[in-house]
Amino acid sequence: MKESYDVIIVGAGPAGTTAARFAAIGGAKVLVLEKDREVGVPVRCGEAVDHEGIVQFIQPDKKFVAAEIHNFKLVAPNGKVVQPNIEGIGYVLDRKVFDYELARIAADEGAEIVTKAYVDGLTRNDGTITGVTVQYHGEKLSLKSKLVIGADGVESRVGRWAGIDTTVSMHDMESAAQVTAANVDVEEDTCYFYFGEKYAPGGYLWVFPKGNKTANIGLAVAADLSKKKHALKFLDEFMAENFPGASILTKLAGGVPCAETLDKMTGPGLMLVGDAAHQVNPVSGGGIISGMIAGKIAGKVAADVIKRNDMALLGNYEKEWRDSLGVRHQRYYRIKKVIYKFKDSDLDSIANEISILPQKQQSLGNLFKQAVIKHPSLIIDVMKLFFSSGPFGA
Amino acid sequence: MIEIHEEKCDLCGCCVGVCPENCIDLTESRISIVHEICTNCRKCEWACPFEVFEFKLDRTKQSHVSGKVIA
Repeated sequence: MKESYDVIIVGAGPAGTTAARFAAIGGAKVLVLEKDREVGVPVRCGEAVDHEGIVQFIQPDKKFVAAEIHNFKLVAPNGKVVQPNIEGIGYVLDRKVFDYELARIAADEGAEIVTKAYVDGLTRNDGTITGVTVQYHGEKLSLKSKLVIGADGVESRVGRWAGIDTTVSMHDMESAAQVTAANVDVEEDTCYFYFGEKYAPGGYLWVFPKGNKTANIGLAVAADLSKKKHALKFLDEFMAENFPGASILTKLAGGVPCAETLDKMTGPGLMLVGDAAHQVNPVSGGGIISGMIAGKIAGKVAADVIKRNDMALLGNYEKEWRDSLGVRHQRYYRIKKVIYKFKDSDLDSIANEISILPQKQQSLGNLFKQAVIKHPSLIIDVMKLFFSSGPFGA
Repeated sequence: MIEIHEEKCDLCGCCVGVCPENCIDLTESRISIVHEICTNCRKCEWACPFEVFEFKLDRTKQSHVSGKVIA
């Protein structure tokens, strides 16, 4: 580590290392500080991505793709299974290896990455952020930088230290628990989604296969609906009922900020990316690709800011985010608000209506059509989305 | 006050995300709460996937409450 950099990035998840990669390509001197001892560990993620999303950044490779997904199965509260026809394919990743690869690519471009480095504050001069303080191997260091990028996840504090309120409301925080389990008999090219109060009130339960009879099985519940029964209890019950013979290889907790993107993602000397900026798709809870898209924009803009020595260019990051995904995420957020009002009986009747259609007509479009019949206000947002993204859209 | 059962904690940060006072410290291996700032809003307790937090009335308040009940 040196005393001074152009850009210091806090957090080495996909958003942070992608920002590092593109800032380094743009000629900036970049340092990434990761609080954990290893990049990519622990994995707090269902690990599913779409092909179109990932190829913007890296070619899918056997070493980090655990399973290739060709089907979705949606399970209604009454047990009715709907299998919509979907175009395109998706992957369930091995995030440990995937995150490692992204970090390696950033390092190849010249970014320096340091693990077990816990950032505990920001330094500033006249209101402008001038660097970070970091605990590293028993020492407290003060490092200077022209820009700090907070990629520090759902637990982000970088933004708050800089005066940006990144608190997630209880309604928008999804409280999640997941196991990676072995001896699980599921179709290995199919992602399963379970809906309903029994499984996950205000969220959904997922089973994402990872090959060789292993799968990520997890769920997320809206934090304001899980005061009495926490995520882990729901998951333990589901496992006991559905996969009593499974062995648990990993069990983890997580929080997913299924909120609108922060209005303000920059400040003097500061940018926020990924979960820290609430860039998760508010309906699916997916944040890998959207965090990387934001990381790429942020990295490029950061390099520009350094090159031209002009902080005013930071605004380009917010603008480009809005143009690429931000507006779409606003629509998803409005859809989420309607979907969350669905009762189990609504979901059951949507599934019943869809399942009597011939298989070919069991499309996501028809699924939404049934949902719209239940709640007509959905129609405008759903129509807009269908013109702008595919079924796996980020 | 909020008590932390560290042995249950997975260090996921969900609590930090919902804490309106920014009073939870989370490092690679430890979680702690700054009680002087904490307002006992209990959001961490409710949001936590693993039931790490437990809200306990402190002793003075507890005796006050039980005193009322007896009265």
